[in-house]
Amino acid sequence: MTAITQIRRNDQPIYLDYQATTPVDPRVLEAMMPYFTHKFGNPHSRSHSYGWEAEEAVEKARAQVAKLIGADEKEVIFTSGATESNNLAIRGVAEFYKDRKNHIVTTVTEHKCVLDTCRHLEQQGFEVTYLPVQKNGLIDLEVLRAAVTDKTVLVSIMAVNNEIGVIQPLAEIGKICREKKAFFHTDAAQAAGKIPLDVEAMNIDLMSISGHKIYGPKGIGALYVRRKPRIRLVPLIVGGGQERGFRSGTLPTPLCVGLGEAAEIAMKEMDAESKRLAKLQARMLKGLNAKLTDIHVNGDLEHRIPGNLNIGFAYVEGESLMMGIKGLSVSSGSACTSASLEPSYVLRALGVEEDMAHTSLRIGLGRFTTEHEVDTAVDELVHHVNKLRAMSPLWEMAQEGIDIKSIEWAAH
Amino acid sequence: MAYSEKLIDHYENPRNIGSLDKSSEDVGTGLVGAPACGDVMKLQIKVGPDGLIEDAKFKTFGCGSAIASSSLVTEWVKGKTIDEAETIKNTDIAKHLALPPVKIHCSVLAEDAIKAAIADYRAKTTKKDEAQQAAE
Repeated sequence: MTAITQIRRNDQPIYLDYQATTPVDPRVLEAMMPYFTHKFGNPHSRSHSYGWEAEEAVEKARAQVAKLIGADEKEVIFTSGATESNNLAIRGVAEFYKDRKNHIVTTVTEHKCVLDTCRHLEQQGFEVTYLPVQKNGLIDLEVLRAAVTDKTVLVSIMAVNNEIGVIQPLAEIGKICREKKAFFHTDAAQAAGKIPLDVEAMNIDLMSISGHKIYGPKGIGALYVRRKPRIRLVPLIVGGGQERGFRSGTLPTPLCVGLGEAAEIAMKEMDAESKRLAKLQARMLKGLNAKLTDIHVNGDLEHRIPGNLNIGFAYVEGESLMMGIKGLSVSSGSACTSASLEPSYVLRALGVEEDMAHTSLRIGLGRFTTEHEVDTAVDELVHHVNKLRAMSPLWEMAQEGIDIKSIEWAAH
Repeated sequence: MAYSEKLIDHYENPRNIGSLDKSSEDVGTGLVGAPACGDVMKLQIKVGPDGLIEDAKFKTFGCGSAIASSSLVTEWVKGKTIDEAETIKNTDIAKHLALPPVKIHCSVLAEDAIKAAIADYRAKTTKKDEAQQAAE
């Protein structure tokens, strides 16, 4: 199949929110289609060819996912997505080993589904340490080392942050966990297929993967569960004992096939795609910096996936900016909580001042983003930032040389 | 979130953006909100010799609803006496723009901005009167 250069219709806004979700790659969809129609068998049916055919497809997909992360296919189980994988990994391990160990280490910038799972476990009597992050969004390895005790059963640290795209030092974290005999789980929803991952080299014991972040379908994910040494889990969903008893329920064959195909494509194209996206990322930053002052990238720019930018446009409130840039689909700094008025907890964890956090947008570039789209986005952003700065009292003060921090603002 | 046509119109074509001379005696300035909360409004009124508000200007850092609320009140206060302007309620603003519940605070802030501008104007005129009396 020829390379796809555009997937959106011309009347749709430019999609720059690839950390929220990605479109299904047409090649992935093509691989899935037969399993919706004539190859509809239950992969767990052992008595006829419909079942065997579906089982073969599911097992091929499992191997494709395993290959992406350097795992054995027997170590990959399918779930409904990264949220379920994170729940299963953390709750499953915590509950199974609770008689021996009761401490979990995670970070303050994890996805809500990890933080919420940890909160839930705290209510049940587990102890959780939430590691801070440095100004660049990365954890301090010495702080991690100090936090892991002989009571620590699990360290759960995300591979790539969903808001700021920074890559945590996985191999170093894995080494510390191995030394301290704690299991290492990583939420790799934003990392799999985008950066090289190797569960052996990185000493990763559990890894969550999402289908729809890697141009696969929504509603499917995977959890890598190490077999040597064997990690035990209490399942969240019980029933027919599918997926080694970790996750009962009939596997959705077309979705599994989609995830597998997406993983294979991502692996094959990773090198070239990373380079292409890095060029686009640089092009966007250069374009914005050439035409605007007072913009700031949140999070480390070096240790970052090339498909992410999180930018504070000082003196311009993010929501009003999003309302202006109608031709672009981006996300505000507070991606998950856009209904609330709180600035992003991730940005606050970096020590980004609340006023700057309010000015931040997350811009996600991906497989179908073109140079032309980046240039259009730059023009539209520049136009609206300038327009909003012209009506911003903070911009006016800054131009007059007034330090905004010197004013005693009445909080409301 | 779907915004009303009126709100979008005020956001896209804001009325009366700008600044008046804040040191001038016939100008009252209100600066309310806080950058950390994501909203700051500066609203200024210029009161004529006849006691009517002859000009109003605003600058706002905030979401579209905050911009629209401040733009709307600059239109509303013009031609009113300061006593009349003081009676503008946040509920009127919210209703006119059909603000969604999470954005009601924007209308509250706009009401606060008018009140602050009026208070500043009154403080200036009182000071002027006192200065005159002292001179006499």
